[in-house]
Amino acid sequence: MKKLINDPGDVVSEALQGMAAAHPDRLRVDLENRIVYRKDAPRPGKVGLISGGGSGHEPMHGGFVGLGMLDAACAGEVFTSPVPDQMMAATKAVDAGAGVLHIVKNYTGDVMNFEMAAELAAADAGTEVQSVVTNDDVAVQDSLYTAGRRGVGVTVLLEKIVGAAAEEGQPLPQVADLARRVNDNGRSMGMALTSCTVPAAGKPTFDLADNEMEVGIGIHGEPGRQRLPLAPAREIAAMLVDPVVTDLPYQQGDSVIAFVNGMGGTPLIELYLMYNEVAQLLDRAGITVARSLVGNYITSLEMAGCSVTLLKVDDELVRLWDAPVNTPGLRWGA
Amino acid sequence: MGVDAFVNWLRDAAGVLHENAAYLTELDSAIGDADHGANMDRGFQAIVAVLDGTSFESADELLKKAGMTLVSKVGGASGPLYGTFFLRFGTALAGVSSINAEAVGKALHAGVEGVLARGKAELGDKTMYDAWAPALEAYDAAVAGGSEVGPALTAAAEAAAKGRDATVPLVARKGRASYLGERSAGHQDPGATSTTLILESAARTLA
Repeated sequence: MKKLINDPGDVVSEALQGMAAAHPDRLRVDLENRIVYRKDAPRPGKVGLISGGGSGHEPMHGGFVGLGMLDAACAGEVFTSPVPDQMMAATKAVDAGAGVLHIVKNYTGDVMNFEMAAELAAADAGTEVQSVVTNDDVAVQDSLYTAGRRGVGVTVLLEKIVGAAAEEGQPLPQVADLARRVNDNGRSMGMALTSCTVPAAGKPTFDLADNEMEVGIGIHGEPGRQRLPLAPAREIAAMLVDPVVTDLPYQQGDSVIAFVNGMGGTPLIELYLMYNEVAQLLDRAGITVARSLVGNYITSLEMAGCSVTLLKVDDELVRLWDAPVNTPGLRWGA
Repeated sequence: MGVDAFVNWLRDAAGVLHENAAYLTELDSAIGDADHGANMDRGFQAIVAVLDGTSFESADELLKKAGMTLVSKVGGASGPLYGTFFLRFGTALAGVSSINAEAVGKALHAGVEGVLARGKAELGDKTMYDAWAPALEAYDAAVAGGSEVGPALTAAAEAAAKGRDATVPLVARKGRASYLGERSAGHQDPGATSTTLILESAARTLA
């Protein structure tokens, strides 16, 4: 293992200290509870938006805290969901009377811990909490025989769009409905060229030969659905776009936000090359790209590879997407 | 059986999980996300820290605190699952004047019911329940045959180990391993493995 770390056990807390040191203008970090707060939270009259999850997906979620996105993000250990105590503390801290929305990615651990937090919050009384679970990964069959589809790329788009709605002062039921609508209209699929190394484990989660790739991966270094021989980017783009397009399905005439995400270890030059392939495939299918996003936003440590997310949008979703955002990970218009 | 026996159990389990942390993480690497050993170790070391700083009057108080500590420290799915197990196990012992084989059996059942309520797994899903379920059955059978706590827990641990081994050919239907579909077959379930370690520890310490 070759990493820029001091001690594998200190990676998460030292990275959070770094975020606090780098962004004192926008963030406040509760190091004990491992919660990244928007500096001016709670905002009176605004629905509080909280997300959280295992660390190792940076900039998600801490990097999406700030104006127009999240009010707080709870950081777990690497690839391990945070605990109910953190979510409880964050929920109380960002509630300004308008209630709180929990944005949860569909993983067994995340869902269980957020559920326990909601139960404890209900017992504690006071804060109105709603939850939305993202589950956009078409690589997983949503059936009785799996834990259901994973929440991946659409989580980033959802946090941006729903963050804009909350910033406008929309009430909790409306914000929660919007979140579900975004999730329902988003689909993703990812692939890996390499595995990644969890610092505490010290070695790669799986082995992948130089001429192999994993298709249908999630964001935790877990192996995917299929191991295939490495192929040109054009073919890989089709392997990702086709199952996404046919799943919703996205149809001729639809407008989408097209998001090509890097898994952490792939340079932007390759991500733009992939975006070019994705855009051509969408063009051929008669799908209009209303907005695009290219870069490393929901990562899996140093894994090389990418994911493709499509979100079907209307004018309202595009308007919310364009609204000002000022976070360490996404910033425009502000 | 007094509170000391349960303190010994938790300390012994913490030691065993620490020794096996790398092994559990290796199992989790194959079909999960390579964190089970580190997470269980962190949780049980936190329990040891509590034991070092606090003395407990009763077993139920001790075990509930252990459960809350796991919920607060572990994260992932194993935090809520094992946390709920110890919370319910402890709650079932509240007000019990003599902790005997029958009382431990009730506590085990209550704990495992908590795991089921939280995780919604069924037998054969390739989860920790595949170790818990045969363990309960073996425990009950041993007690019905007149066994005391120690031998009954030994029978339970042996059954759990068989259940653990039987997870190898299964296709996972819950948790992160389920994303692998057929590719999850051929690997031993990390959760069933840690459950077996905890029951083996109970058999050594609770008598």
